[in-house]
Amino acid sequence: MEAELTIGKAALARRRREIWMERLFLVAAWLATLLVLSLLLTVVTDVLMDGWTRLNWKFLTGFPSRRPSEAGILAAWVGTLYVMTLTAAIALPVGIGAAIYLEEFAHRNWFARLVELNISNLAGVPAIIYGLMGLQVFVRWCRMDVSVLAGACTLALMSLPVIIVASREALRSVPNSIREAALALGATKWQMVRDHVLPLSLPGILTGTILALSRAIGEAAPLVTIGIPTFVAFLPKSPLDPSTVLPIQAYHWISSPLKGFHQNAAAAIIVLLVILLCMNGIAIYLRNRFRQRWQI
Amino acid sequence: MKRERVIRWSHWRERLVVFILTGCALVSVITTLAIIVTLGVEALGFFREVSLWRFLTEREWTPLFATKKFGVLPLVCGTFLTAGIAMLLSVPLSLLIAIYLAEYASERFRRVFKPVVEMLAGIPSVLYGYFALLFVTPLLQKFIPSLSDFNALSPGIVLAFMVLPTIASLSEDVVYAVPQSIREASLALGATKLQTTVRAVLPAASSGIIAACLLGLARAVGETMLVTIAAGQMPNLTLNPLEPVQTMTAYIVSVSLGDVPHGTLEYRTIFAVGLMLFVITLVFNLWGLGLRERFLRTLRGM
Repeated sequence: MEAELTIGKAALARRRREIWMERLFLVAAWLATLLVLSLLLTVVTDVLMDGWTRLNWKFLTGFPSRRPSEAGILAAWVGTLYVMTLTAAIALPVGIGAAIYLEEFAHRNWFARLVELNISNLAGVPAIIYGLMGLQVFVRWCRMDVSVLAGACTLALMSLPVIIVASREALRSVPNSIREAALALGATKWQMVRDHVLPLSLPGILTGTILALSRAIGEAAPLVTIGIPTFVAFLPKSPLDPSTVLPIQAYHWISSPLKGFHQNAAAAIIVLLVILLCMNGIAIYLRNRFRQRWQI
Repeated sequence: MKRERVIRWSHWRERLVVFILTGCALVSVITTLAIIVTLGVEALGFFREVSLWRFLTEREWTPLFATKKFGVLPLVCGTFLTAGIAMLLSVPLSLLIAIYLAEYASERFRRVFKPVVEMLAGIPSVLYGYFALLFVTPLLQKFIPSLSDFNALSPGIVLAFMVLPTIASLSEDVVYAVPQSIREASLALGATKLQTTVRAVLPAASSGIIAACLLGLARAVGETMLVTIAAGQMPNLTLNPLEPVQTMTAYIVSVSLGDVPHGTLEYRTIFAVGLMLFVITLVFNLWGLGLRERFLRTLRGM
């Protein structure tokens, strides 16, 4: 009788401890999620508070200056949009082409496996390594100099793995019955892809591409490495002109000892955030607007 | 006749298309080759003048000074100091979040919270650098007066949140992928939910989780602007997180910003350091991808 009671007590104590551990874990998990949320909010509000007052028309339409209060970011944001457009123009066709090849045309052979392994490895290569490669290949060997085009080529190669992976997923989401129907009606493989599979997966491809581009455009490292300048007092007229971009302009101002330039950096980052936000908004809109529900 | 021409044309077109598409796929292979060749050629030029042994064993890095020393250790040390601090903070946080999302959270909470975690990865690294230098460091200096303006601690902390999305979402995937039968077996034996998670689900997912951490570490090692802005530009062989350090990536940036003439030994140092960085991240990536592949294969066997 006595022994049974002690066993019961021990079991009860253990049970209680288990319940407490469970609660403790849940509290820890909640704190972790809260930490992530609060950090995100702090990062954004901090830069908004610092840079808000500097945002005005003169700042957006001015060229750099040695005095913080007179400096503007016209060259930087125009350069960013320019580089982004060119990057998209280069990366999108190549990315879609590679994805179509891997999903629709490739046989399961060594070449397809090599390309796949290669893409997942490239996705992990640090951005700055792409910069070193771009510096040597585009700036020196192809003699593009430190231009918008050299920057766009570098960023395009950097975002290619992400674009290919996203495009493959979009292509894969098109049900096979569509392909079979097209082939059964006598379409060639390319006709099937061009007229049916590709149009159906295009929204998904574009969504992934826009997200990849928004990552690339916020990344300053590869462009710093190829030598994109920071003090530019003119707008690029052709792709072979040099230009600066927002993240590099911001970095340049952050590393200045003058407090006023820190404010400028914050304002430049806000403009960059607005551009990224717009791109993400477009991506989300595309995803929701053209979402397909397949009924097979 | 006409019909035959159409068929022949479409046959040729088909071939042309496959040719072009293969070319697109080849671009990625060429990119890898270009990286290896460009880094290799310039680094080879560097190692012809400075022996690999000196590069790896000397303890000072002063290639731009009058008395040049080419020991890469301080840069490697700075890199792993910041990345190590980041992992120390990021791994527990990511695992907590991953386990909570995969095992406990409601579908609605998952749907809302996962994009929030993804947003951390979407913030440009200059903003993280700005935040580390002008918000986190002054904040920490209130508690640790000996903390210098540039240090490894504050970018390390911020870096933890930068790699968190990678580690959290990859580990959430693998925890989620553990078959339900394992959970049921454990619960049926009377284990609580937490015991089931810790003693049955996590061991089953362990190789996948380690893979996620390795891939996260590769990102932490390669991150550039944040550590360039907030960790400083001083090659410093130290494990003290309160002192300024220079990472491999920060060194490459600092040389790129100056005007070191092309073709000199100083110019080649960035390719030698770049090659080293490339090899380090490649090892972590291949290791991580391999582990992940093996994990997914064993799952299919279950």
